[in-house]
This record gives sequence, structure tokens and C-alpha cells, in this order.
Amino acid sequence: MSVVFERTQLLTDKQFHYCPGCNHGIIHRLVAESIDELVKEGKLEAGNVMGVAPVGCSVFAYDYFNCDMFEAAHGRAPAVATGAKRARPGTLVFTYQGDGDLASIGTAEIVHAAHRGEKIATIFVNNAIYGMTGGQMAPTTLVGQKTTTSPYGRDEAWCGAPIKMSEMLAEVPGAYYIERCAVNNNANILKTKKAIKKAFQYQLEGKGFCMIEVLSTCPTNWGLNPVEAMKWLEENMIPYYPLGVKKDKGAE
Amino acid sequence: MALTLMKGSEAIAEAAIRAGARFFFGYPITPQTEIPEYMSARMPEVGGCFLQAESEIAAINMVYGAAGTGARVITSSSSPGVSLKQEGISYCAGAQLPCVILNVMRGGPGLGNIQASQADYFQGVKGGGNGDYHLLTYAPSSVQEAIDIMMFAFEKAEKYRMPVLFLADGIIAQMMEPVEMPEMVDYKVDPEKKPWACTGWKPGDDPKKRGVINSIYIDTESLSVHNEELQAIYAEAKKNEQLWECYKTEDAEFIITAFGTVARVVKTAVDELREMGVKVGLFRPISVWPFPYEPLRETVLRDSVKAVLDVEVNEGQMLEDVRLAIEGGKPVEFFGHLGSQFPTTGEIKSKILEMKEGK
Repeated sequence: MSVVFERTQLLTDKQFHYCPGCNHGIIHRLVAESIDELVKEGKLEAGNVMGVAPVGCSVFAYDYFNCDMFEAAHGRAPAVATGAKRARPGTLVFTYQGDGDLASIGTAEIVHAAHRGEKIATIFVNNAIYGMTGGQMAPTTLVGQKTTTSPYGRDEAWCGAPIKMSEMLAEVPGAYYIERCAVNNNANILKTKKAIKKAFQYQLEGKGFCMIEVLSTCPTNWGLNPVEAMKWLEENMIPYYPLGVKKDKGAE
Repeated sequence: MALTLMKGSEAIAEAAIRAGARFFFGYPITPQTEIPEYMSARMPEVGGCFLQAESEIAAINMVYGAAGTGARVITSSSSPGVSLKQEGISYCAGAQLPCVILNVMRGGPGLGNIQASQADYFQGVKGGGNGDYHLLTYAPSSVQEAIDIMMFAFEKAEKYRMPVLFLADGIIAQMMEPVEMPEMVDYKVDPEKKPWACTGWKPGDDPKKRGVINSIYIDTESLSVHNEELQAIYAEAKKNEQLWECYKTEDAEFIITAFGTVARVVKTAVDELREMGVKVGLFRPISVWPFPYEPLRETVLRDSVKAVLDVEVNEGQMLEDVRLAIEGGKPVEFFGHLGSQFPTTGEIKSKILEMKEGK
């Protein structure tokens, strides 16, 4: 009997701690499958992979990705990845970060990793809220969106409009490839996988900094069930955060 | 071996390279900028990596990343920059990453000034970052001593899996002294010796050997176990790693305690007081963590000793450890300057003469 599908080796057997309806599980699998495929295609030697987990909901990602892993301080994953990559330049190095981590406390580290053209890939999961601490306003929280620290809804006059990291980083000369994706339907899940794999391939070719932003739901902190949350993402997040390639030097 | 006249900061940087450091992450700040400058030219010559980070915060986290692969990594800064590094230093301590951090102390608090100071003693030996942790902390008093300490710093860091901190000051970094530079050490990452490091684990290998560089232990029991392990390591380091110098203390009536370059001023004062017939000696901790409590206590509790004078360029930070060592056994006085003004031999002599006359 031939095997038509098997679980990716790049995920451990540890059960995810994520809430029902959270998109982290899908995104983890896409990252792991991409690495697995690159190994099977002979483009990457097994063992030459290092991942950096953030602070936030995916803080325990080091327990899930089945490779050498770092757990970084809040926002510092791109700096940790830089150190690791410089020390072992032949490896595939990725960071996995949420929007509180990357778009708030870690803005300096992500901008300068991109600026240096650091040969790393960042998977940026944007769910417009702080998940792990219980639903506070993030720089990515939409105008009017209610959170535990914006109980009357985000007020643009006082808190600014949500920051668009992909568009911003696309302007940085050292950034090689930036794309925003979502995992709200099968077609978009496949597109996300393709983007992640492309970012990894670019890195293996020695190109510059790559980031894949993935829009994600947070049913728990949005106060919606998983189906409603996906609908909210489609009706509110995707119009403000348009999907697509923001920069691809390889395609120019 | 021939002596070479070298500037402190460059000599320390070269010693780090000779000790096997191949990765330097840092950010310019006076009075230690010559260290990153030297590294930027020297690292490419030895196949190493110099990276000017966007901030001290990023630099120490790059140290975390590179040290996690088993490489010998160093960063340097001066007081306000070392304050910024504290987050990452705490993470390195928690994740048990060997690395070397140089603090070329300058005056504070805040921006302070750019002259030499000793006001980061508390920050260095009493914490700095969050959590129950310590750093092997050395306070060299000459450029040669800084070189000599550097040559074993990485080995100690690796033996105990804890960061090493150099508590130097602007004078050591800025002055030139004749030094003997040791031979280059041939260091290569050995995954057998560093089984905890990220060196290429792959699916199918023993899951227990997967590299996970981490300081989070989410349940109370495992964090408690982790901290007990750290404390056991610190107890071992306290037992084995105390370094100090006694200078003319055998028959002394007065013991002066001082660390770093201040101890050199004290040494001159001791010699000049001895010429005047005053029996005085110097006790100089070289490791300030672990602090040589027992050796100091033994030195001071001799019958000949009447009193102790602690001299520092701060409000009297090491003074607390001196008093802890002596436990009220002898009177302890303090003489120091705040900010970054160094005491003169004349001032130290006057203070001892006052103490002798019972003023």
C-alpha cells in the first residue's frame, strides 16, 4: 500500500495548547510541511534548521517544531535569529512571531533584521490583538475594535490607525520578499504554504530578509465562535490588510 | 615573551579573539567604542563575525542566538548600554548560555558622563535583570589582568553554563600598558561537550537531545527545579572561583579594600604609608561574584588589624559586601567619590592617618 499522506516530521507529537478555532495550528503545519518538503527535495540537509519562538500565544512553539529551537524574549526573535544564523550560516533559520511581539515591542529588531537583509524568514501571525495576556489592544487592532484595553473601541485620534507591517517592511531596502496571506479557506491555505516555502527557498539561495504575514483569528479574545471569527476576519481584517505580494525582488 | 604597548580596549578585544571568540555583537558607546572598532577590523581576519547591532538590546539577543549554537560569543558596552542589556543577560542566565559581557563602567545614573566609574557594582553582582541569578563577575585592575582573565573566561562560562561579566572601567579601556599577549586558542564547537546547543539535531535523533534554548518553565514545580539547579551551580562556583589579592596585609594595622583601577591608586598609597611607618595593606577582590567573603574575613580578623577602610568610586557599593564579610568584627570606614572622580593617593593617605590618630 502506498502512503498518500503522512504527518510531517517537523512537528513533535506534543498536543497544541491553542484555543479552538485559532489559526496557529494550521500555520504551524504549513511551516513544518514546507521544511519537510525542502529536505525531501534535497534542497536542505535534515538538521540544518533552527527556529525562534516568540513571547505570546506561540511561546511554546519550541515544543511543537521538531528541530533545534530558541525561545526568545518578547520581540527579540529577529535578533536571536540573527545571532544563530551568523553562527551557522548554512542553516535555515525562521522566526515565528505574533503581532504584539513583532509590531509593538519588537519593531526595532524586525526593521533592522530586514534592513541588514538578514538571511532569515519571519512568519508573522497577525490576529489584531494580544492573545496570551488576554485580549489587549495591539498596534494592529482595527479602529473601533473593542479589547480589554480599548473597552470603547480603538480611537484613532489617541491610539493611531493600525500599523501595516508588511507594507512598511516592503519599503526597507534589505527586504527581499514580503507577502501577506490568510488561512481562511482552502485556496488561501495553499497560497500561504506556497509563500512560506518560497521564503525558505529564497533564504537557502542566500537572498535577503523574507517575511510572510498571515492574518489569523482569535475567537477567544474577539468573543466570537470560530465560524463567526473567520467571517469577521474576512469582512474586517482583509479589507484593511489586503492580501498579496508586497515585494518580491526574485520576481522583478 | 616580548611586551607590547597596547591600549586597554584593543588588548581586551584581541585577548577575546585569542580565547576563541569568533562572534562580536555590539553598539558604540563611550568609553568602550574602540572595542567594536577593533573587532570590526579583526574578526574578518580570523574568519569571525562582527555585527554592529541596532541597539544593545538587539546585541545581547544576538549573543543569545549565537551562544545557543555553542560558539564563543562576546559583547561589550558601557554602563547605560549595559542597563539596556539586562533583559538579555537575565535570559542568557535563565537559558544557561555561556558568553562574555564587558562593562566598561562610566559615571551614572542615567547618561551620567563618559569618565571612569565603579557605580555598576550593584548592577553587576546583585542582579541587574530579573530573577534569581548570578554572573561570574571579574574586576580587573590592569590591562594585563583583563587579558589573563579573558583567557579563562570562556572556559569558566562553559564549565558552569553561565555568562561572565567583566566589571572594568573607562581607565582600563582607555590607558595603554605594556602587555604580554597569549597564544591563540584553537576553539571549535564540539556537540559532545555542548549537548545542549543547537548543533544540527534532526527528526529521528534522540528527542532528549534536541536543542531548545529556553528560559520559560511554565509550571511552578519545573521552575522551582530549574532554579534549584541554577543555585547548585552558583554554590559550586562560589566554592571554586573566588579570586583575590592580598598586598602587604600580613602585619597590617589597617586594611584597605578596593577593586579595579582604584586598587592601583590604593597600592601606591599603601607603599607611601609604609615608607612613613604606617602598617597598612590592601585586600583586592578580583572576582566580585563570587565575592571572597571568607578570605577577607580571615585577613581582617587578625589581631594586628585595627580597622578597615573601603575605597570606591561610588557611594559605597562593595562596602556592603565588605561589611557582610566582616560581620561587625572590626570597624569599617568608607572613603569614596561620587560620579567619576577618582581618589588620589594623598586623599587615601590622609584618611588612613586620620583613622590612625583616632579622629
